[in-house]
Amino acid sequence: MSVVGSAPQNVPRFVTLGLIPLANLAAAFIISGLVVVIVGDDPLQALEVMLYGAFGSAESWGFTLYYATNFVFTGLAVAIAFHCGLFNIGGEGQAMLGGLGVGLVCLGFDDWPFVVVFPLAIVACALFGAAWAFVPGYLQAKRGSHVVITTIMFNFLASALMTYLLVEVLIAPGQQSPESREFAPGAWLPYMHDMLRAIGISMPETPLNLAFVVALAASVFVYYFVWRTRWGYEIRTVGQNETAAVYAGISPSKNIILAMAISGALAGFVGLNEIMGVQHRLILDFSGGYGFVGIAVALMGRNHPVGIALSALLFGALYQGGTELAFEMDKITREMVVVIQGFVILFAGALEHMFRPQLESLFTRRSNAAAPAGE
Amino acid sequence: MADAFLYVLLILDATFRVATPLVLAALAGMFSERSGVIDIGLEGKMLGSAFAAAACASVTGSAWAGLLVGVAAAIALSMLHGFACITHRGNQVVSGMAINIVVAGLAPTLGFAWFHQGGQTPPLSGDARFASLTLPFADATADWPIIGPLYSELISGHNIIVYMAAAAVPIAAWILFRTRFGLRIRAVGENPHAVDTAGISVVAIRYRALIVTGILCGIAGSYLSIAHGAGFARDMTAGKGYLALAALVFGKWKPVPTLFACLLFAFTDALQARLQGADIPGIGVIPVQFIQALPYILTVLLLAGFVGRAIPPKAIGQPYVKER
Repeated sequence: MSVVGSAPQNVPRFVTLGLIPLANLAAAFIISGLVVVIVGDDPLQALEVMLYGAFGSAESWGFTLYYATNFVFTGLAVAIAFHCGLFNIGGEGQAMLGGLGVGLVCLGFDDWPFVVVFPLAIVACALFGAAWAFVPGYLQAKRGSHVVITTIMFNFLASALMTYLLVEVLIAPGQQSPESREFAPGAWLPYMHDMLRAIGISMPETPLNLAFVVALAASVFVYYFVWRTRWGYEIRTVGQNETAAVYAGISPSKNIILAMAISGALAGFVGLNEIMGVQHRLILDFSGGYGFVGIAVALMGRNHPVGIALSALLFGALYQGGTELAFEMDKITREMVVVIQGFVILFAGALEHMFRPQLESLFTRRSNAAAPAGE
Repeated sequence: MADAFLYVLLILDATFRVATPLVLAALAGMFSERSGVIDIGLEGKMLGSAFAAAACASVTGSAWAGLLVGVAAAIALSMLHGFACITHRGNQVVSGMAINIVVAGLAPTLGFAWFHQGGQTPPLSGDARFASLTLPFADATADWPIIGPLYSELISGHNIIVYMAAAAVPIAAWILFRTRFGLRIRAVGENPHAVDTAGISVVAIRYRALIVTGILCGIAGSYLSIAHGAGFARDMTAGKGYLALAALVFGKWKPVPTLFACLLFAFTDALQARLQGADIPGIGVIPVQFIQALPYILTVLLLAGFVGRAIPPKAIGQPYVKER
């Protein structure tokens, strides 16, 4: 299930890393534009509204980056599992559990100073997310149960567990909707606009918060871990060739479990951004599809933290722009974002090889005009 | 005693109704996966055909037209999956996920634009739905002891798609294990190179298998919106596609064990509807969420190896590359 394509040596890097993803993206937007036409609106106006809504002002940038934070976490989560040859479709459930961990810490310790609560919350969301991914990882490694199906099941189980806890156990007394009580402000992640104000920069109020910095740190961590440590090397070896790994004395099952646990921990950080950063209480369905879209983020980002950061920005813009779209244009609903996301996943992920032969031959011929290369 | 008998009958009756889309979708997945193409997009195909069927039935007023369009929609999505996975050798899991997400967005978007009812289709009635059929002699035999209720309550009184699903199992088994087409499907799923060497096109066989997948998925989706339900509602598949996939794995990609897996899932579902809020002696009231999660817990436990290791078709998930 390797997703890393091997490009011929003589194709310029910008074609593989830049042009092909852009062509796929363009195809996704053209098809989505057709849907807008079918629905009865003007696709060019829709594009303009989206772009302006995502990047038009400091405020929209704040929202875009806030959404991108979630996509960085889930994209990294999917990527690290990919490197081990695994498909983690359970980002959704792991994010929910991560949020549960954060929520429990905040509910229990929100009268403690922030410097204590913050590390506790980080540990809790990583642990809870990792635990939820550990079980499918363990079952894959030891019992051969396919991780794709078990992670899907664990999404449903997480959803049921959260509903139970919020309806029956954690619900704030005297309240109808399934939400916990609000955390004390001491346990809120500081907003970016507050932090920037402290150093004299003014920025409009947006949900962007400290979790964004955590996302950047996580990206650096994943880069270092995957390419600069022995564990990362082992994980990549198992992902590329399990038989070779065994011959080299690397245990596939150990690495499968490790990769899944780290993957789950990363997905769990969505809970940090959403629960501790924005909602300030435990709610249902805060994971909002981020786990699934993480697959597309990782694929477009070629499973590399830099690429993931860029594609997370793209999907963040899509979310924010799409919200504006639903506001501004009367025939377009919130679901249009889901449609565009789906097409981006389809073209950038499943159909990623569609334009490859043409584009590659175009550029190989040009750069190798003197020496015609044989097939 | 008579009450308990009737109670069991009602649960089994509900089991059949819930099992129908699962059985059809799982058989659909069986054709795809036996040919070597992972199909995680069963969910999306069902949802797409549910929407298409309901939309067509509400416009034309004919359930059969709805079914036809529902099947056509599922075939189209299945061909899209094939185009990505077979022709362009894309990642099969990603393609399936993409189809699920596209349909989850597209169905309510189009529904909102066409029917202005918040993403749903108008409620269907009369000929726009498949009505329950009363089988011959059902009324006459209803008073007979045991066999009477068994026949008139349990066997009779379903809509036609339930019977289609029941017939689909032996037919699918026959196609897969007794025809040349079935042999070729299984062969491309196990050893595509051998099939290619025999001068048969791997690509053509896989596409044909995916057409069968589309047909069965289309019937399953249409059942949800124009037979079991009366109109399309967003997310009305609610994970049934994934559950069907789990049933397929748990049934080891074989028709009859898959049927029983589907019946088991459907039974837990029917049971949970009855158990909600019920006070069980010695245990008390079980939380609703736990009962609703039963099929998923069951799947994980079963996949964890309590039924022995499930061995998938050998070439599953691998795009076929002709050797040069």
